[in-house]
Amino acid sequence: MSVLLIAEHNNKELKPFTLNAVTAASQMNTDLHAIIIGHNCADAAKKLSELPLVKKVIQVEAAHYENFVAENFAPVIVKLAENYSHVVCSANTFGKNLMPRIAASLDTSQVSDIIKVISADTFLRPIYAGNAFATVKSKDPKKCITIRPTSFDPCESSGGSAPIEKAEPSEEFNNTKFVKREEIKSDRPELGTARVVVSGGRGMQSGDNFKLITSVADKLNAAIGASRAAVDAGYISNDHQVGQTGKVVVPDLYIAIGISGAIQHLAGMKESKVIVAINKDGEAPIFSVADYGLEADLFEAVPQFIEELNKLNTIQK
Amino acid sequence: MKILVAVKRVIDYNVQVRVKEDNTGVVTENVKMSTNPPDDNAIEEAVKIKESGKATEVVAVSVGEEKAQETVRKALAVGADRGILIKADGVIEPLAVSKLLQKIVEKEKPDLVFMGKQAIDDDCNQTGQMLSALLNWPQATFASKIEIRDKKLEVTREIDEGLETIEINVPAIVTCDLRLNEPRYASLPNIMKAKKKPIEQINASDLGIDTSPRIEQIKVEEPPKRKAGIKVKSVAELVQKLKNEAKVI
Repeated sequence: MSVLLIAEHNNKELKPFTLNAVTAASQMNTDLHAIIIGHNCADAAKKLSELPLVKKVIQVEAAHYENFVAENFAPVIVKLAENYSHVVCSANTFGKNLMPRIAASLDTSQVSDIIKVISADTFLRPIYAGNAFATVKSKDPKKCITIRPTSFDPCESSGGSAPIEKAEPSEEFNNTKFVKREEIKSDRPELGTARVVVSGGRGMQSGDNFKLITSVADKLNAAIGASRAAVDAGYISNDHQVGQTGKVVVPDLYIAIGISGAIQHLAGMKESKVIVAINKDGEAPIFSVADYGLEADLFEAVPQFIEELNKLNTIQK
Repeated sequence: MKILVAVKRVIDYNVQVRVKEDNTGVVTENVKMSTNPPDDNAIEEAVKIKESGKATEVVAVSVGEEKAQETVRKALAVGADRGILIKADGVIEPLAVSKLLQKIVEKEKPDLVFMGKQAIDDDCNQTGQMLSALLNWPQATFASKIEIRDKKLEVTREIDEGLETIEINVPAIVTCDLRLNEPRYASLPNIMKAKKKPIEQINASDLGIDTSPRIEQIKVEEPPKRKAGIKVKSVAELVQKLKNEAKVI
């Protein structure tokens, strides 16, 4: 039996994490089909067909799929699922919203947010915000799996030419209506995929002082993150929050400034490749995960840091 | 309008979770337990809606061992009118919880069911969506704002790209984000009053639902530790290390 991957897209393009989900799905079974549900999404469907790991694309089109409402999506996938052993999707807000609705309809106990495929039925997943790793085996005949995208590499994105089949849309679910989406626009790299993330915590003391974080981020072409404490204090909007209740990030370089390192924050960044901490409290837990710790007053150290970065002329863009 | 709120008893979020030496799970003995944090937001929102005159009754329900009664009692202390405890021992997966809740919904006939978006123990993020699938109700997950307009709800949802607003007809399920509201503390008089509020106890086995796990937990381990880093003495040294040693700038 084959794997059915649910593509995430915006009707024009695939969302980048779809490529990571394809990698994960292909490790469960190489006979991998991908479904794309949307409205006027032929361009995105074509891109999906070009992923060499995808053997077949199923495209489902209808006006009521334009805004990715889970109540509309689930019935189509449930119907097609009879031909598949696994249904797979990314564990971002799209997949988290959708997959349990599919799993319950299939009477399957979903395995959420896996970070490793051990075999076709056995997976590794973090629990307690990453404070423990559980190895779990699904005994259901059909598996519904969501994957943590940052734990899998993106697949090859060109060179394939899978056939694109059309499937019948299901009826519209009338009790849920999409109203609007307010996307946060920014010239910066997206927090979830940035190579460098610079984050500020409660130690910043005010929203105004976050300008220091912005300056460092400008130098390094970085995304801006924040701890929950900084968000709760109103220094910065919540879409910047890194942690158990915010975003999980895995950049090459994570710079934590004025962040003490609460369990909840560490859960969102401790898999980063290189971690830098700047904090005046030498006992702060953030230093236990930092590769390079600088015990200093951030209001002195950060301007110096910016100056030092200015001196370097080999900054990668 | 009647609101049912599901609450879960979990290890307190301030506790540093430790893995058992035999790798069968995490240590729960002599560990502080609390209400799952976003479930507190769910109760708070339901109580606020009742206080605004738009709801007539708030019923708190939990699935778990006898001690989960404390979690229901806490919901009563912050304003829920009565409680239900569905008694079940061992691991009850979200699919089984949603089937048990479906039985309670069929009996209680609420207009709205609220719960937290995710439990901080198993981090599944499934129960609300599963319950709405079983009931074929609309779902508003990760809610950070709820406005009630007659028999409709306008809900703002926290999504990866920013915010999304949807309109759903009741009956409906809402799963609550931490940013929905600021949960209140129970006052001492209200804690005393809550002791007199009724909690109905039902055995999960009496509801005719098979709650046996479908997922076998093979082992639970400590996550790999990061190797200890170093402390640098100056900003100049930091920049030099990042450039020449880590090669990340």
